[in-house]
Amino acid sequence: MTTSFSRREFIGAGGLALAVTALPVRRLAAVPFGASAARALAPSAFVEITSDGVVSVWVTKSDMGQGVRTALPMILADELDADWSKVQVVQADAHPRYGEMGTGGSSSVASLWDPLRKAGAQAREMLIGAAAERWSVAPSECQARNGIVEHPATGRRFGFGDLVNRAALLPVPENPKLKEPSEFRLIGTDVPGVDTRDKVTGKAGYGIDVVVPGMRYAVIARCPVFGGTMQGHDPARALAVPGVLAVIEVPSGAAVIATGTWAAMEGRKALECRWDEGPAAQLDSNTISRQLHGRALMAGALARNDGDALGIIATSRTSLDATYEVPLLAHATMEPMNCVADVRPDRCEIWAPHQAPDWAQRDVAGALGLDREQVTVHTTLLGGGFGRRFLSYELVEAAQVSRAAGMPIKLMFTREDDMQRDWYRPMSVHRMAGAVDPQGQVSGWLHRVVTPSIGDQLWPGSVKNQLDLDAVDGAVDLHYAIPNLRVEYGMISTPVPIGWWRSVYASQTCFANECFLDELAAAAGRDPLVVRQELLAHSPRHLAVLNLAAQKAGWGKAPAGRAQGIAIHHFFSDAIVAEVAEVSIEAGKVRVHKVTCAVDCGLAINPANVRYQIEGGVIYGLSAALYGEITIEKGRVKQSNFHDYPVLRMPDAPVVEVHIVPSAESPKGVGEPGLPPIAPAVANAVARLTGTRVRKLPIEV
Amino acid sequence: VDVPAEMPLLWALRDVIGLTGTKYGCGMAQCGACTVHLDGQAVRSCSVPVSAVAGKSVTTIEGLSADGSHPLQRAWVAEQVPQCGYCQSGQIMQAASLLATTPAPTDAEIDSAMAGNICRCGTYSRIRAAIHLAAKES
Repeated sequence: MTTSFSRREFIGAGGLALAVTALPVRRLAAVPFGASAARALAPSAFVEITSDGVVSVWVTKSDMGQGVRTALPMILADELDADWSKVQVVQADAHPRYGEMGTGGSSSVASLWDPLRKAGAQAREMLIGAAAERWSVAPSECQARNGIVEHPATGRRFGFGDLVNRAALLPVPENPKLKEPSEFRLIGTDVPGVDTRDKVTGKAGYGIDVVVPGMRYAVIARCPVFGGTMQGHDPARALAVPGVLAVIEVPSGAAVIATGTWAAMEGRKALECRWDEGPAAQLDSNTISRQLHGRALMAGALARNDGDALGIIATSRTSLDATYEVPLLAHATMEPMNCVADVRPDRCEIWAPHQAPDWAQRDVAGALGLDREQVTVHTTLLGGGFGRRFLSYELVEAAQVSRAAGMPIKLMFTREDDMQRDWYRPMSVHRMAGAVDPQGQVSGWLHRVVTPSIGDQLWPGSVKNQLDLDAVDGAVDLHYAIPNLRVEYGMISTPVPIGWWRSVYASQTCFANECFLDELAAAAGRDPLVVRQELLAHSPRHLAVLNLAAQKAGWGKAPAGRAQGIAIHHFFSDAIVAEVAEVSIEAGKVRVHKVTCAVDCGLAINPANVRYQIEGGVIYGLSAALYGEITIEKGRVKQSNFHDYPVLRMPDAPVVEVHIVPSAESPKGVGEPGLPPIAPAVANAVARLTGTRVRKLPIEV
Repeated sequence: VDVPAEMPLLWALRDVIGLTGTKYGCGMAQCGACTVHLDGQAVRSCSVPVSAVAGKSVTTIEGLSADGSHPLQRAWVAEQVPQCGYCQSGQIMQAASLLATTPAPTDAEIDSAMAGNICRCGTYSRIRAAIHLAAKES
């Protein structure tokens, strides 16, 4: 079922017009369906049904393992009443007709829920309309089911393919009737991943697997210091490496071009470069940490101010003050960054495992001085994403090398390149202060977030009044009913490239929130679950999630030698996740045995996939909680590969149970929400075991 | 194939022969994505020079079965193991090597055999389940 880089091209403007022409708007340049291609029903940009009954569904989001290539077509196919076995998934090339293609913020299913339902329902109504015409009956007497339209009163039926010609003549309904939730057949079921078979046979096509005629391979020697530039290079030794064809200077350094990946890597090892290391040559992560801590002593920009938090904290008999810190993190996707670019004088074609092909098209066009329409971007499967693949740096580099070399180029990142040229989850410091009243209720709360602003670094000047609300995500929207609540943002700027890392700032704020709440509960001598239940007493969704996790985990009944920790987070996708971690300390090492999760994500489109995503968030977050740390010395990232940037491996992977709260609300994304609660859940359990609070990640005991 | 003797098997497979099912992940035998069989034994092809495979039999994911019907591949489908899928060729090849010597492995034996194979999506629990399933079925 995989069509990772379709070469389908379209004639005609936009994908929505069909109205009264017999010809479908969309024609196939390279025709996979033979003669049937001219006979098709394509009422929107998302779907085309051909006379052989095949339903092609265009997936406009990138699949990095989160399952959109299955979940999105399920939504459309269900409304269409298609036969799932006849559904073919087509990965959409970058095009404005698809709207926002960037795949992040756990937004794909939620943002396309309405458009895909409408697209499916439109096509269904047109097929039913065509059948009704043929039978001279009212459309209301007909129904669609599993790829056919039938007239139950007479038992007559047509396959979808038999109806497309006539259906294509009908107007596209503006407001097709959507199904009632009780009528869903696919939605809410565990539909297997459409690419699974290819992924277990080695056939699945990732960016790194793309080969185009005449293609050569490149790696780039870049200044090891952030912001440094090349002063010059001597290519002689590199050119002596068998297979190396050329060394070409590009804006980011010197590209070694070779007949194969390995020759390019060997050539780069031999290349002699001279660098101007620039102003960041003495940059050190310890210095950055001290800067953040210093900034945390000063008031920040006010992001939220309920009641009088500072007053109540200053006057309360029980008050606490604690500072939390989390480090820089790399994404470390399994597939290192890569891109194939073929730049010609008047056009460019890109194949990449990328999260935002529309941005890539814009950025590559801008870098090459081409119009957007001259740049074709094909999205392959992604070997992990986690936010790393949203910006276009590598794609622009590949295009620059291809243009300079005058040939198609596969730009490869080694693992070392990938880890040392990331844009990192920012470092942050969280100044927390709180008060507990004589009844044991949390009465005051201050959360001062000090961290660089991703928005300000990417779009200088975009942050007004020193207040980036994204940077206080998870802090400013705290859902606990605390009467005196103050959130501040201490903006700070560092030369380290920073970016979106799975769950973004919530990976930091949730750690501080949920650990500090446990500290307040302990100061009041109260059960941290009960404290949370009270603070969420008027938030039924939160309370249901919290209680489900606690109940399924057997809260308070940890086996001897183990302790439990709990945390909850309401993610910005509007999904809520609570997690209970069961932890022991063995030979001075934190061991997480079991994590019990509860999630309210609205209607679960593909419940199995929801469980996998929450589990995946837990495992990814656990790598960060237990091991993850990027450090910088002399302007260079110290870590380089999995030996010094360890990640969770199978022997240390806990059992993860995921319980989904039944819900008929619209779906809310689940790619990220499983992550934020895991670090504090584990840290809270560790604190119970050791008696010492955990205020810094990765957790050390 | 005619390649430099010191070229890692991984790149000979991928760039020269065109068998791209075997993946590059780290280049230093840390992640297992490049796992293939050398005379039936799992090895990290990123760290084996082609000179070391002369006269030996190399099996990649493409050669594990003609049609995806190896018990492990069927189990991987049944358990819906893959998420992004990038590490799974290596996981399956490592698991196949385990089952060849240990037809009914315990959890501990699976953990120990699979510890060198990283999955960033977090599919470890389903990998374990799939290995047990394949052991039962084969």
